[in-house]
Amino acid sequence: MSEGRNLLSVRGLNAWYGGGHALHGVDLDVHKGETVTLIGRNGVGKTTTLRAIMGIIAKRTGEVRFDGQDLMTVPLHRIAHRGIGFVPEERGIFATLTVEENLFLPPLIAKGGISIDEIYELFPNLKERRASAGIQLSGGEQQMLAIARILRSGVKLLLLDEPTEGLAPVIVQRIGEILRTVKARGMTVLLVEQNFQFAAKVADRFYLMDQGLVVESFPTSELLARQAKLNEFLGV
Amino acid sequence: MVLIFGIPLQALLGQLLVGLINGSFYAMLSLGLAVIFGLLRIINFAHGALYMLGAFVGYLLLVYFSIGFWPSLILAPLAVGLFGIIIERVALSRLYDLDHLYGLLFTFGLALVIEGTFRYYFGASGQPYAMPALLSSGTNLGFMFLPNYRVFIVVASLVVCIATWFLIEKTRLGAYLRAATENPTLVRVFGINVPLLLTVTYGLGAALAGLAGILAAPIYQVSPLMGTNIVIVVFAVVVVGGMGSIGGAIIMGYMLGIFEGLTKVFYPEASNIVIFVIMAIVLLIRPAGLFGKIT
Amino acid sequence: MADTNLALPVERSTVAPYKILFLVMAIVLLVAAPWFFYPIFLMKVLCFALFAAAFNLLLGYTGLLSFGHAAFFGGAAYFTSHAVTVWSWRPELGLLFGVAGAAALGLVIGFLAIRRKGIYFGMITLALAQMFYFFCLQAPFTHGEDGIQGVPRGNLFGVIPLGDTLNMYFFVLAVFLIGLFAIYRIVHSPFGMIVKAIRENENRAISLGYSVGAYKLAIFVMSAALTGLAGGAKALVFQFATLNDVTWQMSGEVILMALLGGIGTLIGPLVGATLVVTLQTYLATSVFPVTIVMGLTFMVCVLTFRRGVVGEFYHSRTGRGLTQKDGD
Repeated sequence: MSEGRNLLSVRGLNAWYGGGHALHGVDLDVHKGETVTLIGRNGVGKTTTLRAIMGIIAKRTGEVRFDGQDLMTVPLHRIAHRGIGFVPEERGIFATLTVEENLFLPPLIAKGGISIDEIYELFPNLKERRASAGIQLSGGEQQMLAIARILRSGVKLLLLDEPTEGLAPVIVQRIGEILRTVKARGMTVLLVEQNFQFAAKVADRFYLMDQGLVVESFPTSELLARQAKLNEFLGV
Repeated sequence: MVLIFGIPLQALLGQLLVGLINGSFYAMLSLGLAVIFGLLRIINFAHGALYMLGAFVGYLLLVYFSIGFWPSLILAPLAVGLFGIIIERVALSRLYDLDHLYGLLFTFGLALVIEGTFRYYFGASGQPYAMPALLSSGTNLGFMFLPNYRVFIVVASLVVCIATWFLIEKTRLGAYLRAATENPTLVRVFGINVPLLLTVTYGLGAALAGLAGILAAPIYQVSPLMGTNIVIVVFAVVVVGGMGSIGGAIIMGYMLGIFEGLTKVFYPEASNIVIFVIMAIVLLIRPAGLFGKIT
Repeated sequence: MADTNLALPVERSTVAPYKILFLVMAIVLLVAAPWFFYPIFLMKVLCFALFAAAFNLLLGYTGLLSFGHAAFFGGAAYFTSHAVTVWSWRPELGLLFGVAGAAALGLVIGFLAIRRKGIYFGMITLALAQMFYFFCLQAPFTHGEDGIQGVPRGNLFGVIPLGDTLNMYFFVLAVFLIGLFAIYRIVHSPFGMIVKAIRENENRAISLGYSVGAYKLAIFVMSAALTGLAGGAKALVFQFATLNDVTWQMSGEVILMALLGGIGTLIGPLVGATLVVTLQTYLATSVFPVTIVMGLTFMVCVLTFRRGVVGEFYHSRTGRGLTQKDGD
């Protein structure tokens, strides 16, 4: 595995959350252009891993490198400017802002982001509702908006936390299409996902997490062979 | 003589104008309070002191540097805003993670210090501040005399309130502010410097108070105590309007000012307390305020 | 974490033997004090200490910050003064009248203010107290700017002349001790436990079926009544009641006393009141304005010293290790 291909590399990441020790030394790599999925039971630290990479959890030790540069000492509001975007599990749509204001909220980080016209092409619903307040959107629309506003900002790496949670199959399918579009444009994605079927369609590799650690890593091609064992492990 | 409810029309219109003037100051001050509270979650007890500071900056510029009203209209809010920025950086920024009541207590102490200091150097009595020559005359409307400066205050405060409302509701910076009010962490994650935003917001709120102060200087006297009682009235205004609403703060400011003016005509004894009475009634009927949601 | 909450549960409910010893020693010292200090000064300290303790009964045990307690303090001073001056009531009855008046005022203000929480509660109490201030400014019985002057101290129970300074001192000391005992009983009663539970988790208290509003109002009225006790006593000591005691500055002063001494402790407000009154007495003779010193004390307290003198003492001696893991 050559270092040059690594966009994100995490070594020995520990994090403390609400008084508890949540991550016990997570190691993972995400290569340029890859889509990598973190799987694991509830509460093993998948979301915490994303939040710790992003710097939202301040109490953390270890090493997080992005494009070869250390992120641990970068203040929270500078991290996005290095080229990382975060779509939180709860989506984080601002209720008092209109759809359009939500879309334009993340500042442009770099060139090469998806233009607003393309965004509206990809997400016709958002165009229709661009003057509505964020609070009026359906769950699916909120998720689309949460992803769209990050895509517009031109980040290189997208951290995506359970984008399909609680959404109708049609919408899940739509999100899958969007992720494939994103991938085709060369964007890198680190995904947390419970929905196997969905993850299998978009991911190149999987990391399996347990008790605050990455315990296994395998390519999507091995997913089928491991399915039975994983189902047992995840208690599906 | 025209009488309305047994009151001469002139007296009624006169008090209406006085009420509108007071309302202009209430609106500007409660707007600043609401802007600061929205993002910092701090009730700025020092708002009255900052208002007084604005008037005194104008007064001192005139006395020591012969700088008149018009330049002071820019310089006083700038100076007070800068002072606010320093206060936020040095002190308030250390209180954000604590119970919000500490912010109230700190700014209360700050108000005592500012007012105490000015009282120490200038005494409790007011200093006159000349009206700008351009506006010192008035217009005779036939049924009443309309001093130009008072019209200027109402127009200026309307312009300031609408501009601030526009800034917050319709611009990119305003969207940042509103988003940071909802979820400051996520706004930081998106790459926006929220601590800087907080500093700027307090500076803006302070500058608004300073602007109200310099506008007030020519009609009220410049006195160290001019801000002490008005800040409590303004608190009542924002309780009535509902703290979360910028528009509510502005509208209630003008309305309650006018109400107070009318009370002076019909029942002068109650004019001091009418705003508090209205606050009590609103609390009974709509505890969240007329434009607010319970938070 | 304790740092982020204004109300600090420092008080221990068990009575250790050394505490009883302290109590006895404190009472002995207070009884002997008028032979060593200026009695009027001591009585002022006692009145303000009771005021601060009564204020802290609300803030420290419910987390409700009242910015309007001057209304009860100064209001009771007017009521007591009026009763003993105009109606020629005996001092103890005048005092009770002040307490009743403050309680009634507390009922009205509390009823409105408990509709909101946190900062709003503070602003509403402030505004309503300011309304009362304007009422006092204009009502005939308060004599406006002049206040009620020449209030007679009279004879306690009709026999003990309070014009005698020592008699007056022991009367005020008795009032102070009764007031403190009442606060102690309230805090450690089942009622007090429920009030503290409401502070910790209001929603849980509601789901357990407690009518939270009624409890808040009750503790508010008790705090107001005990504040009235202090205010009425002060009027008898100084033999006047003025507007000064109903101003918002007075409400701020009592907050400072509680904050400086230690919010949520029984002794803290007493220490804070002693410090503030001493400071005021000291500064009264200097040209340096008291308000600046008070304001600076406020700012320093909030920035560096949030537990107050007594709170910091408790924290350093017994609280160490218990709270450190929370990042104090």
